[in-house]
Amino acid sequence: MNKLISLLAGIIFGTGLVISEMINPEKVLSFLDVFGNWDPSLAFVMIGALIISSPLFHLIKNNKKPLLADSFNYSKNKDINKRLIIGAALFGAGWGLGGLCPGPAISSIALLNINSITFVVAMFVGFYLVKFFKLSS
Amino acid sequence: MNIVNFTPITATFGGMIIGLAVVIFFLFNGRLVGISGIAANALSEKNNRFDNLLFLIGLVIGPILYTVFTNKQINITISNSLILLICAGLLVGMGTRVSGGCTSGHGISGIGRFSLRSIIATITFMIVGILTVLIKNYI
Repeated sequence: MNKLISLLAGIIFGTGLVISEMINPEKVLSFLDVFGNWDPSLAFVMIGALIISSPLFHLIKNNKKPLLADSFNYSKNKDINKRLIIGAALFGAGWGLGGLCPGPAISSIALLNINSITFVVAMFVGFYLVKFFKLSS
Repeated sequence: MNIVNFTPITATFGGMIIGLAVVIFFLFNGRLVGISGIAANALSEKNNRFDNLLFLIGLVIGPILYTVFTNKQINITISNSLILLICAGLLVGMGTRVSGGCTSGHGISGIGRFSLRSIIATITFMIVGILTVLIKNYI
């Protein structure tokens, strides 16, 4: 049953990316083009997601356990260190170059676009390199 | 600054759907969505591997179901430069794992639980993203 939830959560998330148009790298790049032709939509996507998820997160985390698992399992890492900043900066540079972040990139595999698939393959190579050199945070 | 192509209603509505996915995953499975982590762990970690793979398959099925049910085509515009896409992909893959999150993990799940770490990461990747676009477009 919790397997079905994982699939369903992915489907809903992917649908949200399509409706909000965040699946389109051009839309993301124009959000980042603050000093040119700016499209503030991405900020509204984050606000929309947070007004639903944040209050419910704080309610649900007081439950003894999740409905279909033994315990809540999420990062409680509070470290603010060089890796956090350098990693976020590298990610920001890649995001600004291509307009793609992991969620929309993976969802766009559905469109069978060779360019976004190329990006996804390179992204997985990036994941692997960090794992191999033990640089993860 | 000119404001162009601004779609606040579909953006907010789509964002709320994304928020709903985060809530469902947390309420039932006890996990917070962070797609870079889910994707990287689907490859390299035995723990929760099948759940992670199913979530990723769901991400791909979502747009397909949307097209089937609404009969609308999804149009995207993406760079044609393979070198740029490979560099961007490597940077996104490495950066998200080094900082422990991406737009979803830090930007939505982390900020949603008021994590200072995630707020700082999000501000950092937004500023660097904005500077990268500025440099790319105007220099």
